[in-house]
Amino acid sequence: MDALKQELKENIIEQLNLEDMTTEDIANDDMLFGDGLGLDSIDALELIVMLDKSYGIKLTDPKEGRAIFESINTMAAYITEHRTK
Amino acid sequence: MNKGVAITGMGIISAIGNNVAENYQSLIKGEKGITRVSKIKTNHVNDIMVGEIDFTNEALEQQLGLSSDNNYSRTALLGVIAAKQTIADAKITDINAYKTGLISATSVGGMDMTERYYYEYLENEATRKYIKGHHAGDSTQKIASQLGIEKSLVTTISTACSSAANAIMLGARLIKAGKLDRVVVGGADCLSKFTINGFKTLMILSDTYNTPFDENRKGLNLGEAAAFLVLESDKVVQAENKKVLAYVKGYGNANDAYHQTASSENGDGATLAMQKALDVANYTPKDIDYINAHGTATGNNDLSEGRAIIRIFGEEVPDFSSTKAYTGHTLAAAGAIEAVYSVLALQNNVIYPNLNFKTPMKEFRIKPQLELKEKALQTVMSNSFGFGGNCSTVIFSKEQ
Amino acid sequence: MMKKVYIQSVASISAQKTFEKDYFLEEIEDYEANVINVINPVYKDYIPPAAARRMAKGIKMGVVASKIALHDAGLESVDAVITGTGMGCVRDSEKFVSAIIDNDEQYLTPTSFIQSTHNTVGGQIALELQCKGYNFTYVHASNSFESALFDAKLQLELNEEKNILIGGVDELGDHTTKINKLINHIKAEAVKSSELLVSNTTGAVYGEGANFFVLSNEKKDTCYAELASVKMFNTLAEEEVLQEFKLFLKENNLKVEDIDLLVLGNNGDIEFDGYYNNLSKEFNNTQQAYYKHLCGEFHTASSFAFWLASKVLKIQSLPEVAKLNQKTIATYKTVLLYNQYRGENHSFTLLKKC
Repeated sequence: MDALKQELKENIIEQLNLEDMTTEDIANDDMLFGDGLGLDSIDALELIVMLDKSYGIKLTDPKEGRAIFESINTMAAYITEHRTK
Repeated sequence: MNKGVAITGMGIISAIGNNVAENYQSLIKGEKGITRVSKIKTNHVNDIMVGEIDFTNEALEQQLGLSSDNNYSRTALLGVIAAKQTIADAKITDINAYKTGLISATSVGGMDMTERYYYEYLENEATRKYIKGHHAGDSTQKIASQLGIEKSLVTTISTACSSAANAIMLGARLIKAGKLDRVVVGGADCLSKFTINGFKTLMILSDTYNTPFDENRKGLNLGEAAAFLVLESDKVVQAENKKVLAYVKGYGNANDAYHQTASSENGDGATLAMQKALDVANYTPKDIDYINAHGTATGNNDLSEGRAIIRIFGEEVPDFSSTKAYTGHTLAAAGAIEAVYSVLALQNNVIYPNLNFKTPMKEFRIKPQLELKEKALQTVMSNSFGFGGNCSTVIFSKEQ
Repeated sequence: MMKKVYIQSVASISAQKTFEKDYFLEEIEDYEANVINVINPVYKDYIPPAAARRMAKGIKMGVVASKIALHDAGLESVDAVITGTGMGCVRDSEKFVSAIIDNDEQYLTPTSFIQSTHNTVGGQIALELQCKGYNFTYVHASNSFESALFDAKLQLELNEEKNILIGGVDELGDHTTKINKLINHIKAEAVKSSELLVSNTTGAVYGEGANFFVLSNEKKDTCYAELASVKMFNTLAEEEVLQEFKLFLKENNLKVEDIDLLVLGNNGDIEFDGYYNNLSKEFNNTQQAYYKHLCGEFHTASSFAFWLASKVLKIQSLPEVAKLNQKTIATYKTVLLYNQYRGENHSFTLLKKC
């Protein structure tokens, strides 16, 4: 699980061009959207593609993403349960 | 200043008809042009529906009598077809008898050929004729050339899905200011893998018929189309004793300044655009008889637009409907397509039904017009909103 | 009563260090290339990292140039934003098309698609400035910038708006460059900037850049110049240029000898530089300037000429490197610009000392 969380942080930083950040800057329970990391709806769409490409999870409704992408913890839990690759 | 801006000709090609009369028949019969995509090979064929024009590029080239070495994108082909109809409809025989300009709109431009030959350009010299046709101004130059517009003011606007509304607006301003006597305005966009996949990444494409203003709307259907209108000054109308189809009475453009693609929750930009258009027309909201809404059937647009309409019109919202269920969302061309539909509504005193609607949205009480309605119309408001927060409204009227 | 239109501020990001406030082409980058990129300012000094992380280069250039232009004009915001771009953010268009093909329509992400939309620069500027006013984007090849200029001028003359931000922006993309070399729109060989006009070959040296300006209908202390007239032509034959030019002068109550400086868009393409020759001959007693050896050729390169001419009128001197002949002039009062690209979309722009 910890390895997955570390991997997610690396992927998020790379995929979303968070150039000034390192994985240490993101705590597992930090809010990714809103006041936390400040991600927005376009980032959510980018993360949906990441789920598909890296873990074989397909979301059809962007609204589903809201709960899944709340924090690194929620993402890791969802991926662990639903991943197909 | 303060001159009338007369519409004296219209031309259109869309998924519901190859000319003005065919489009009108489909509108009043409630016949939509939404199908599975057939002319573009895409993996998403079963996930989306589109408003596609029947003719192949070869058929369009043949209609226009183009030689096989032409480098027309589908956008240019559609644009020329509609623009030529427009000139014929306005009974213009000598285009250069008056100072005539062309303002066209496109978002796709020559992308259909670029995506087809992207890597092939490097290998196959025969395909390279399309390279210089990629940029958005190319289709406009071709339309101008086909109409015989020379040494004149010709330009292209690209503000995403509000582009053609903005072309009409600029044309009207140029006539009012006396910069041109006559201006051909409109827009063209063809379907492309680029836009299909682009909108797919935004997850706003419906896998079935789009349902504007419905609570359970699933997103938009992309469409392809072109439409042009001839705008003429009082001077030309009088000198030539022209039949006036309607007038461009008001217009407004504003920016939502909220998000790169989405509209603000309360439709700030849309509200500003409608208000500006009313101000230019010197109208109050009560003067509007019908709103041809942008109504793309995305969750975001219909909520934002509905709220903006309520902000402007309060308790007395006029009859409104979206015609996107017929044609699909024709992107940069939409404002011109719907301008033609607005003028037809005025001419025939009808309001088109908002197809595919079942369940009212829970956020508000307003409901679109669901049946074809005959009603004496004096004015029609047409909305077009696009990415980059771009919001435009044009008001058409019977009276100058 | 028509109001006069003034250029209140200028901002330029180009292949020279034009983003520096007082720089006026004193020290020049002398390139030897067939494609020249801009010298980047430190974008982070102007755009917060959270906002910049998704911005295409064209957006960054446009946003920074617009911020410099507003600052120079002493304004927080403007009434309207009008942008010209020939190709938009072409790198993202390339990225999205190639991703569609390479990944067979799978795993595509929205950012590059969004940034491919031509009005993405204008939209982002509106977002940054929180400007809810009129926002248009013109995409008509070498008349993209002039269309923006023309539109702004019309609104300011009629006093519909007071301050309008206008600009021209285009970026280079690798694939676009590659295919434009194949059709000889870009020169096959590297050319030294100083030798551009004697290259004697077909094609141009491509470039990129962003040049933004605040136009206003009130004359302020910062005023650079008056924008007196702009006229566009979708077509003109080589032999018609001079006659249309004379007509343009007449429309503006000017004679050939009233022009203090003629700024020409020569790009060293032997196939098309002929368009400038008749004018150049007719104005052989007038000082002449050129600029595409400094910024490269792109659809909105003429916005660099607009920057150059505005500075000349304010500073009252023409940089040595831009001189096309050795005529001199005591006072610059009236400057005329002529540009076209590959024989299409011609423009005449008239600026006056304010």
